Amino acid sequence: MSTRDLVGVALVLALGGCAGTQMSSGAIESPNLGRAATLAQIAGWDVSVGPDGAGLPPGGGTPAAGAVVYVQKCQACHGVKGAGQPNDRLVGGQGTLASKAPVRTIGSYWPYATTIFDYVRRAMPYLQPHSLTDDEVYAVTAYLLHLNGIIGENDEMTARTLPRVKMPNASNFIVVYPSR
Amino acid sequence: MNPSRRRFITRSVGFLAAAGAAAGATRAEATDPPDVPLSMKTPGAGMSAYGSPARYEGKVTREFIRSQPGTTGSGASRTPLESLEGMITPSGLHFERHHSGVPDIDPQTHRLLIHGLVKRSLIFSVADLLRYPLVSRIHFLECSGNSQLLYQPTPPNLTAGETHGLVSCSEWTGVPLRLLLGEAGVEPGASWILAEGADAAAMSRSIPMAKAMDDAILALFQNGERLRPENGYPVRLFLPGWEGNMSVKWLRRLKVVSAPVMTKDETSRYTDLQADGTSLMFTYPMGVKSLITRPSHGMTVPGAGLHQISGIAWSGNGTIRTVEVSTDGAKTWTKAPLVAPVLPRALTRFRLPWKWDGTAAVLKSRATDDTGAVQPERDRFIAEHGNNATFHFHGIQAWSVAASGEVKHVYA
Repeated sequence: MSTRDLVGVALVLALGGCAGTQMSSGAIESPNLGRAATLAQIAGWDVSVGPDGAGLPPGGGTPAAGAVVYVQKCQACHGVKGAGQPNDRLVGGQGTLASKAPVRTIGSYWPYATTIFDYVRRAMPYLQPHSLTDDEVYAVTAYLLHLNGIIGENDEMTARTLPRVKMPNASNFIVVYPSR
Repeated sequence: MNPSRRRFITRSVGFLAAAGAAAGATRAEATDPPDVPLSMKTPGAGMSAYGSPARYEGKVTREFIRSQPGTTGSGASRTPLESLEGMITPSGLHFERHHSGVPDIDPQTHRLLIHGLVKRSLIFSVADLLRYPLVSRIHFLECSGNSQLLYQPTPPNLTAGETHGLVSCSEWTGVPLRLLLGEAGVEPGASWILAEGADAAAMSRSIPMAKAMDDAILALFQNGERLRPENGYPVRLFLPGWEGNMSVKWLRRLKVVSAPVMTKDETSRYTDLQADGTSLMFTYPMGVKSLITRPSHGMTVPGAGLHQISGIAWSGNGTIRTVEVSTDGAKTWTKAPLVAPVLPRALTRFRLPWKWDGTAAVLKSRATDDTGAVQPERDRFIAEHGNNATFHFHGIQAWSVAASGEVKHVYA
């Protein structure tokens, strides 16, 4: 920061002081220290995928390809064909949400298929996140959707097809914010 | 007298905690006058670089909630509310909730990226953030899954902290988020921000722009010192009054967007399943709530006579206006004095004297905030939301006191 900038800040503070309440309740002066991010830098970090498919990468995968990845990378924690144990169950439970023992899985509960891709890519497998390729993430997503009876066994998931998948429980979420 | 036995002196507090140092220990003679205490007969210990609690308080610790099988750090730990007083939670006892453990982040290498629907995509170092104008606010933080055991049909046989200890209160110091958003220049139509952590879960939540521009801060300090690793070191988002997981720890990225991203932790988790099978989504503020911490489950009231009831109240929607206490199972209520300072979205301590006649009693507290919202009775809350909602329980807590003095959790 140059001496001139320092003077500028001091002047603003002095003027604010003279103006009485204007400074205390008005905008706070910012030092503006952020440096410009390049598109390549952003691309490396921007892993989020919206429900409209924004952020989905090129590539794709089928349930059959996903089954292979699942057995190697997911089954130890989530059980054979997503049946659960020792960790979360991923398949089934449809029709149980209003019962005394609701079973919340991808198939019975999750409102958006894109969330599976987003979450698996950012956080799974639990012990090795960021280790799957985009094609593998698409494939596992396809496999889990197929196990839940939501897509067919030959349906390939891509940036074009995944956002179009209609999840069975999607219409049962009531958005509260900002009305409450 | 054996000096080591003097450590087991029964403390002259009103209630004896079953899990505390005094209960169950051999009752030893106090150093009553005219004996001179041993501590006066030899010089004491030297200074310490970083202080610790007294060694006699070693049982006042966070209580772990088991991580997912085969993982570490995917669980939580609870604040021992029944052992604390005042409104501030010691940083080392602040509750924890992690989705994939506590990352070890060097502040020299950490970066915050702001991008998306902004005029200028910007990168900040932690050193940069420390140069911005700081603000300090005292606020509670509560996990939205706090008190979820009260959704169960039978009362949990657990202490106040084990049941409700996913709430803590600290002084948070940091940079108002709107300053950084102003620097980046938010585009028209940008109404949400995705906040993402630098942990192995890349914990992420969509934050409404209105909250970000209102009172959100990027916290760098907690209770005067830099954040603890388990509370988001070197920088976390802090959203006063809103469910804890939205205050994303280890913050590395803010992406300005036009609609919620619908991450795993705002769809499959942290949505509230109702009895009819529908789910409430984006239930952000934590409801008005209170809790008697002393006496509470697991303690013994040591005989009839004068005691002090002490507890905490809070609301994610504003400031606590009144707390009423009942000792007869909600037949009659008495206004409890609130302990200053009474601050918005902060734990508020209440205390009042109680003359116990030695017969069975049921203690309850009921908070009202400055929006007029009143903490509901548990049965009314369950009737409205069912038993499966998991999150946002804020019904009234009842403790029974038996003629023996034993305090237990009851639904009453």
